[in-house]
Amino acid sequence: MTAKVTLKDVERVAELAHLELDSDEKPRMVGDLNAILDYVAELNELDTTGVAPLAQVSELQGAGGAGVLRQDVTLPSLPRAAVMSQAPESDGAFFKVPKVIER
Amino acid sequence: MPSEINTTETFVAKPRTLKDLRADIAAGAVKATDLAETYYERIAEVNPRLNVYLSLSKDRAMAQAAHVDQLAAKGDPLPPLAGIPVGIKDVLVMQGAPATAGSKILEGYRPPYDATAVAKLETAGAVLLGKLNCDEFAMGSSNENSAYGPVRNPVDTERVPGGSSGGSAAAVAANLAVATLGSDTGGSIRQPASFCGVVGVLPTYGRVSRYGLIAFASSLDRVGPFAANVRDAATMLGVIAGHDPKDATSSPALVPDYAAESDKPVEGLRIGVPAEYFSDGLDDEVRAEIESGIVDLQAAGCVIKPVSLPHTKYAIPTYYLVATAEASANLARFDGVRYGHRSQQSETLGAMYSHSRDEGFGAEVKRRILLGTYALSAGYYDAYYLKAQQVRRLLAEEYLRAFAEVDAIVTPTSPMPAFKLGEKTGDPLAMYLADIYTVTASLAGICGVTVPCGTTAAGLPIGMQVLASHLQEGTAFRVARAVETAQQS
Repeated sequence: MTAKVTLKDVERVAELAHLELDSDEKPRMVGDLNAILDYVAELNELDTTGVAPLAQVSELQGAGGAGVLRQDVTLPSLPRAAVMSQAPESDGAFFKVPKVIER
Repeated sequence: MPSEINTTETFVAKPRTLKDLRADIAAGAVKATDLAETYYERIAEVNPRLNVYLSLSKDRAMAQAAHVDQLAAKGDPLPPLAGIPVGIKDVLVMQGAPATAGSKILEGYRPPYDATAVAKLETAGAVLLGKLNCDEFAMGSSNENSAYGPVRNPVDTERVPGGSSGGSAAAVAANLAVATLGSDTGGSIRQPASFCGVVGVLPTYGRVSRYGLIAFASSLDRVGPFAANVRDAATMLGVIAGHDPKDATSSPALVPDYAAESDKPVEGLRIGVPAEYFSDGLDDEVRAEIESGIVDLQAAGCVIKPVSLPHTKYAIPTYYLVATAEASANLARFDGVRYGHRSQQSETLGAMYSHSRDEGFGAEVKRRILLGTYALSAGYYDAYYLKAQQVRRLLAEEYLRAFAEVDAIVTPTSPMPAFKLGEKTGDPLAMYLADIYTVTASLAGICGVTVPCGTTAAGLPIGMQVLASHLQEGTAFRVARAVETAQQS
């Protein structure tokens, strides 16, 4: 599997990531991604059959974290006014945003 | 050819030790308020050139300093960092102070809470001076990706301080703070510490709470301290480490007295030297200084053993798949809805998301989000992300096997000393390859300390990385202290 990222791929991925790239950014990004993906293809040299993926290092012996979950109880959180004060647009209770779909 | 330092433009200054400052503050010989003022004066003088601080928290700092002076005047016992001026990397939140993460997308944002590490520093009496410049969302190895301009290396202002915690390293190197906090995901504490000639600590994953750290890659991010000497770095870690119920990945392990651990002799400790970290691509001057440092450890009574870490070369591709995939998920929250930059005049919600993110994120951040999204997308997940997580296990197990044979592993922190501003910005991949000595420890979750170990002929700092197994920071501090002692004699 060698990468050959096209402009269409970059556009598709940008859409997934809610990113908008302008017309000169796109070809640069195609080049950059291809260079990086060619490099990471080195990983295929390794036989990883039967190797369990490691997502959380805490599971390693001696690493000592990530075990017990807390009780599912409601605890005090941040004051609402302080949180809402950072909103670009709100009515104090809700965040206001443009409409979801075009009519 | 190493270039000569422009000796008219160097800002290197060494802070006093915590021990000396503490004694003076307790005795009333130095007032914490006066000390803080001195630091703000130096910041006013030097910051325009180095661009280390993005914002200052003077009200909060002076209130804390006044409180410390009151305690000292009453003769009350002082907390461990009473009156000590500290800077905070701008990816850590301080209530009411700006938190930009080096990005335009959070311009104007004021967090409603303190990060746990910040709160612990404040409880310990530290005087929090302000927020430090860094690469945008901690993505970078030179502090050239900050939306607020690069930080300049105090040793030579034409050079980078390293990244992403460039501001945190430079602040200590230029005595714009006695100690600072940074974050390390793939080397972002260790590499800048090495470039600036200061001590930097990579705590074990989970040792310090990530609550209040603006996330880059959640399985890799660590919060850690910078200081001018090993003992003070150990003291700082002791203050910020510990279990936090607000961070589900934080370790319940007890926090030892790291400063006391660092005092212990190193005689009989087994030090591993991996051949893979001393091959092609390592600058000759760096190699010479690190080898000399290893000889010093041997003279101090350590047993030097070769160890093998054959999968080292796969660490960079693994890291850049895992980290970017996690970043693409973590940065999805910056959408203009609840905080930060919102693009105006968007017709629909979707357009608002895209425009806000396009306007707010820099090129490197966009590149990593796209790479991460691609690696996770349908049809590519197994080949990229899953494969990387499998290789991650191989890399971690390789380290653990080595630690069954040795107590610590030493390597150069970086294959090169600080490079010039602009030198690597045209080639993202070249910049990524500069992380080769730091990313494996990040992936494995182990801990380490970088300690100054000589300079190049042109005077550029070189750092030795001392790695230890999970939760063995005490051993790393001990060995780093021995290196430091040898350097001073």
